[in-house]
Amino acid sequence: MGRRRPRPGSFEARPGGGAAIALEDGEISILRSLVVQLLELVGPGPGAADADADPLAELFTEGPSKPPEDPALARLFPDAYEEQADASDFRRFTENDLRARKRDDALAMVRCLDRGGPVVELTPEESRQWLGTMNDLRLTIGAYLDITEDDDNGLYHLPDDDERKPMVVAYLWLGALQESLVETLMP
Amino acid sequence: MSGSMEPVMSVAPVEPSRTERPESGEAPFAVPEPDVPWVTLVHNDPVNLMSYVTYVFQTYFGYSKGKATKLMEDVHYKGRAVVSSGTREEMERDVQAMHGYGLWATLSQDR
Repeated sequence: MGRRRPRPGSFEARPGGGAAIALEDGEISILRSLVVQLLELVGPGPGAADADADPLAELFTEGPSKPPEDPALARLFPDAYEEQADASDFRRFTENDLRARKRDDALAMVRCLDRGGPVVELTPEESRQWLGTMNDLRLTIGAYLDITEDDDNGLYHLPDDDERKPMVVAYLWLGALQESLVETLMP
Repeated sequence: MSGSMEPVMSVAPVEPSRTERPESGEAPFAVPEPDVPWVTLVHNDPVNLMSYVTYVFQTYFGYSKGKATKLMEDVHYKGRAVVSSGTREEMERDVQAMHGYGLWATLSQDR
């Protein structure tokens, strides 16, 4: 069966699972740059063991007990409890795992992008990793831009010379990409 | 309630549960359920797509499209919704999973 080339700018489901999207070189390059910035932001996290360190020691290394100060990181790694003592305990035992998982998904997306276009094909697992990473990217940009439900800050009607404009455009583009990818994954 | 799919992330060690028992004599004929007074709450946020939140509820909890959509709407219009209930350990697992998906979730005792 021949494979129809997906229409530009949105994901299409592949028979048997997975998804595909037609992306131009420039779009691939922008996506890659955004994901790399996300990787730099998420980082190994405070208190995480060195990559070279004894893996056993790493296993027992506790994570941070306080929420990150950066607004985007605070959104990516929120408190699990309203009570601060419980929230701190939970964070110590979970934040490093969560960072590692987000990093793995983001790295997987970079590897897919490095396969190049014009059509990027994703396995079902890669679709899941892209979905999570694009969501993390939108949460990150949303936190920095202070996106609100009703666009109280007028971000969607910025003049072209506003320095936030490129990030708003990227945010909306990622939203459209994510929306089309979710559709291919709906059980 | 727990995830029907593969574990969303490795389960980190959690502290032992501090089980709190309901006041005795409060409900004399009720079946005592001292170990299930916890709930996972998902809070509204301006970024997460409604379709994505529905997808997460279907995928992780195994809820039907109808139930997942209703919960998503509760989160969106009421500000938050209880998406699962169970032991403290189970709810910590669910909250950790929701954070993995990028949803803003907390757990608390269902009082």
